[in-house]
Amino acid sequence: MSAVSDMTPDAAPASASRARPRPLLWSVRRELWENQAIWIAPLCVAAVIIFGLTVAVFAPHRTSLSTVHRTSVIVAQSVAKNPSAGSTPAVAAPPNGAPTVATETVSKTPLTPAQRRALTIMPFNIVAVAMIVTMFLVSIFYCLGAMFNERRDRSILFWKSLPVPDLTAVLAKLIVPMAILPLVTVVVTVGTQLTMLLIGLATHGRDPDVAVSIPLGEMTLVLLYGLATLTLWWAPVYAWLLLVSGWAKRAPFLWAVLPPIAVAVAEKLAFNTTYVGAVIQSRLTGSFTEAFAPFDKAGVRAGALPTISLAQIDAGKFLSAPGLWVGLIVAAALLALTVWLRREREPI
Amino acid sequence: MACIEARGLRKVYGKTVALERVNLRVEEGRILGLIGPNGAGKSTTLGAILGLLPYEGDLKVLGRDPWTQRDLLMNDVCFIADVAVLPRWMRVSQALDYVAGVHPRFDRAKAEAFLAKTDIKRTSRVRELSKGMVTQLHLALVMAIDAKLLVLDEPTLGLDILYRKAFYDTLLNDYFDKTRTILVTTHQVEEIQHILTDVMFIDRGQVVLETSMEDFEDRYAEVMVSPDQLDAARALKPIYERQVFGRTILLFDGVERGRLTPLGEVRSPSIADLFVAVIGGQPAETHGVAA
Repeated sequence: MSAVSDMTPDAAPASASRARPRPLLWSVRRELWENQAIWIAPLCVAAVIIFGLTVAVFAPHRTSLSTVHRTSVIVAQSVAKNPSAGSTPAVAAPPNGAPTVATETVSKTPLTPAQRRALTIMPFNIVAVAMIVTMFLVSIFYCLGAMFNERRDRSILFWKSLPVPDLTAVLAKLIVPMAILPLVTVVVTVGTQLTMLLIGLATHGRDPDVAVSIPLGEMTLVLLYGLATLTLWWAPVYAWLLLVSGWAKRAPFLWAVLPPIAVAVAEKLAFNTTYVGAVIQSRLTGSFTEAFAPFDKAGVRAGALPTISLAQIDAGKFLSAPGLWVGLIVAAALLALTVWLRREREPI
Repeated sequence: MACIEARGLRKVYGKTVALERVNLRVEEGRILGLIGPNGAGKSTTLGAILGLLPYEGDLKVLGRDPWTQRDLLMNDVCFIADVAVLPRWMRVSQALDYVAGVHPRFDRAKAEAFLAKTDIKRTSRVRELSKGMVTQLHLALVMAIDAKLLVLDEPTLGLDILYRKAFYDTLLNDYFDKTRTILVTTHQVEEIQHILTDVMFIDRGQVVLETSMEDFEDRYAEVMVSPDQLDAARALKPIYERQVFGRTILLFDGVERGRLTPLGEVRSPSIADLFVAVIGGQPAETHGVAA
């Protein structure tokens, strides 16, 4: 009977007009509808940065981007101290005698070209770092809610009443922190940097250094590579958060965060070792050292530190890092558990 | 092929037995009402049929195992749950887009046409709609899906009588076409009696009555007996008796109408009355003594 109606001429176009189902695409879109923080949060951070810079630039008692420069110097110093903290306890005065500590003197003392360049670039790097931190925070809260909220509001019964496999639904949720958020971060970061460049040009028009010395293209490439490696490195973190989100009946944040800390503390108390803590720390912050060649010490001293250059990209080192592959295997296992849990768990 | 076939369906939560060896067979084109008190196992049965719960025993829905093949099964099965389960953040237009995007048998034009008859705006979010409107929206989505089985779990809970009546009228007039199967649970039994083809009572995880509506009308009869006939009527072993305005109404199972007619006015009982007799009521003798 149904075969007959399928062959009737008016039934054919009706079924043809229906688009082929694309469960994964629409599942990702549904995540974006529900979680607008994915793009609102980065835009807000960008807006705050641009607003701050604009005020700094146009405030009557400021003459230039010197405020930004001063901030940059402080940040540059703290960043410069950290990588060398192990080898050189205090930052030695650079050979050329340029000030690295007394911020008040920054705008008065002549700077070396390398320092000038570093200081000009610094705000652009701050933007990138702020955006990456924002991305990580949004990802954490997105993942913790992704499998939890649909059970709490019982809408999982609606999602499960549609022909979308649990694997597709979970993959869609993983795609958000693994692909969507990094892409949003790149777009917003580059957009913010371009806006800053325009503000800089508008106020610094006579100083051709400003425009010329900002290697936006190189910075964007480094950002793309850095985010790609960071995201792969963090994959097990996201998978863990999704798993807890699909398992916890309440307070997924606490369930995600406290047990690893408890294990680390217990290890410290019981054996006076810190292996767990080290694993957690390297998982959270280790991608940078795996993905990039270390800074040139001489360059650091010359004040060129904070900008990562294209030459430091070391994809071979990253791809051969055991931590990457162990992390990806762990992520796949956690993900399989999450898919299983989505089928198993009932609304809260 | 039966639309739903369950043998020895069993579900245990911890130490609580929610379903105890339930056998169930629903043929294509039937409208089955699953009736039972709270906690009887209705929702558990539906959950198992929809692939939302693991279970013990054999269960095939449209020839598939719901637990392992839920996503495939949902191409042919639709579901409206006891409480509004549409996500509250979703816009009406997004709900249409999403279902159209993932469901191969969704006819968007049909859903739009149904929504056009309501006051629901495309730009509204689900949380801004009244409870009745959310049910209308869900019904619009579901009716536009060319499914073989529709499962309704208390679909009209909390709706006013106008929405409830419109809901079932729409379902019967615009959706049901003899090839589809509908499985419905509700506490408002009297409102669905006229649309059902089959009825099943479930109590404490067990099926206590299963009958088609034709058999139901042949088998059960209710007689309003005057006091002088009461002893003669009781001799025919009524399964239940109750008092209405000082007169006694006796409910008989499988007694020929010819033997009942002399006792008083004979009519078919409502499902609700039978439900009370079978599940809520005490045995007729004790009831008689107590009265």
